[in-house]
Amino acid sequence: MNEDSTQLSRRNFFKAGTVLASGVAIASALTPYDGLLFAAEAPGAKGKWYGIGIDITKCIGCGKCANACKQENNVPSDPFYFRSWVEQYTIKNDGSILVESPNGGVDGFKQSVPDAEIYKSFFVPKMCNHCAKSPCTQVCPVGATFETEEGIVLVDENYCIGCRYCVQACPYGCRYIHPEKGTADKCTLCFHRLKHGLQPACFEICPTEARIFGDLNDPGSKINYFLKNHTCMVVKPHLNTGSKLFYNALSPEVR
Amino acid sequence: MEDHLQNLYEVLSKIEGYVYPNEIELNWSILIVLYPYITGLVAGAFILASLERIFKIKVLKPTYGIALLTAFSFMLVATMPLVSHLGKPLRAYEIMITPHSSSAMAIFGFVYLWYLMVVLFLEIWFDYRRDMVIWGNESKGVKRFLYKLLSLWTTDISPKAVALDDRIGYIVTVIGIPSAFLLHGYVGFIFGSIKANPWWSTVLMPVIFLFSAMVSGIALVMIIYIVLTKIRKQLLDMDCLDTIAKYLFYILIIDFALEGLDQIHRIYVAEESFEALHALVFGKLFYTLFIYQGLLGTIVPLLTLGTLQFYKPKPQIRKVIYIILPILVLMGIFFMRWNVVIGGQLFSKSFYGYTTFKTGLIGMEGYLMAATWLIIPFLILSFLLWLLPPWRKIETSHE
Repeated sequence: MNEDSTQLSRRNFFKAGTVLASGVAIASALTPYDGLLFAAEAPGAKGKWYGIGIDITKCIGCGKCANACKQENNVPSDPFYFRSWVEQYTIKNDGSILVESPNGGVDGFKQSVPDAEIYKSFFVPKMCNHCAKSPCTQVCPVGATFETEEGIVLVDENYCIGCRYCVQACPYGCRYIHPEKGTADKCTLCFHRLKHGLQPACFEICPTEARIFGDLNDPGSKINYFLKNHTCMVVKPHLNTGSKLFYNALSPEVR
Repeated sequence: MEDHLQNLYEVLSKIEGYVYPNEIELNWSILIVLYPYITGLVAGAFILASLERIFKIKVLKPTYGIALLTAFSFMLVATMPLVSHLGKPLRAYEIMITPHSSSAMAIFGFVYLWYLMVVLFLEIWFDYRRDMVIWGNESKGVKRFLYKLLSLWTTDISPKAVALDDRIGYIVTVIGIPSAFLLHGYVGFIFGSIKANPWWSTVLMPVIFLFSAMVSGIALVMIIYIVLTKIRKQLLDMDCLDTIAKYLFYILIIDFALEGLDQIHRIYVAEESFEALHALVFGKLFYTLFIYQGLLGTIVPLLTLGTLQFYKPKPQIRKVIYIILPILVLMGIFFMRWNVVIGGQLFSKSFYGYTTFKTGLIGMEGYLMAATWLIIPFLILSFLLWLLPPWRKIETSHE
């Protein structure tokens, strides 16, 4: 009796197993995994698909971009809330790395290291990377953060519950909780200006044209020209966030 | 608001190295330390209860009811630290109405409700239904009404009906064990799935959270059982306590092994974040990690419990040990949560610097608020123990 029931259940197990395995096999054949395709081709294949380029060799650290952003978008003036900021990297002769960003660079920079001790120094403007596979959008529990068709990551402040999960999930530190609104806040790529055909404030004000933005789907766009003619890199590529903020001359020290 | 800013300016003056400007503010504060702590106590207490019910470890009988009511009391409060830390607490319901399918946090409401309503509530209800009917008949006034209401005016206490209660209760507990695993493993996943944060991002996080949950829940029930027995001037059941201590020992070993594995793995693979995290644990987390969590909360209990497995001192001494050890363990697990939640935000994701944790006594994220959410479950538990005293239940063995 016992033996019988064992055999029966074993037979059932194999039956169920076969059905399950073939089900999975058929399902995979119908929808092949397209991981590589996804990596090679932007999801927004039609229409505009915005990308950003920053040329580190051109940035002079004037901080006007950080300042313009605060003014244009009513970002709180205290030094804890930034949609856009600039970092100054100083690599000393002894190999040590100093990173500074007093008040996000809004007031410009003063080099604190004597010239004789400096191996090299450069500025890195930072802002939202408008990732195509953005971790902040992924984790938002209510869907208040979303990616627009143009590839811009936005927050619906009338919907955000202020749980701060997105702030934790952003590898680049580009989000903060607005102290008055209690909701998540971040760079919108000046969506309100884009809609009127204007450039984002930080791009318009840059005196050296270190910041470029444009439609990645348009072969003739400035951003495509920039990407073709420079060796560009994103910050933290290993995190596979699909960052669309490309830096020219990005040093490996920059994180 | 002004206080908050003043606080931030003070933190700003204490920044070491470089942190992204938006990282100066610690986003998840002491309330989010409490959230996994309280949920862990729930899951742990429930698993202790199921040891008696499902795995038929009859010697644990004196703690069964206490464990269930403890789990329930803490579960009622588990979401409160979360909700009160939201920037927009009044929008909290959105997480249930419009959950975002890709968010690890979005299912929390459902996991929570499933566990609270389906598992804990049903199990307690079926376990107490017969007693509530009897107590309702014996009591007067408001209490009578309460019992009638809670038993939904059922009256059938025939052996057949009671056997059915028991059967359903058993099935609910069977469903409950994976649910308890799910609940707390899931809480671990909320942290473990954040790839931006190397201190959190480990596949072991859900398992570590689960086992530390069991450790803390068991320790809590142990203390509550001892205190209650003393208050009721009854004799402590030393066999029961010895058995709980034995399970606490086993699970603590697993917990310690898992956390050890996590750290050894980190040290051995020494990824990009290694230097920053190394400085973090030997700096800002030294006391909370090595002394409170490691030495006092884990090593001392492990060695003591280990010794007790082959050398049993007099009951009088064991009683003292069984009071001190759970307190140490509970403190250790609290600091484990602290080290994860606060520790994970002290270093910059640029790995170039550190911010500081600072919170006030008052305010939504202050220590008083946190203490409130820790005290309320005990008040609820006192009420439940008054209403549904497990020791007054008619002895039946769960079959």
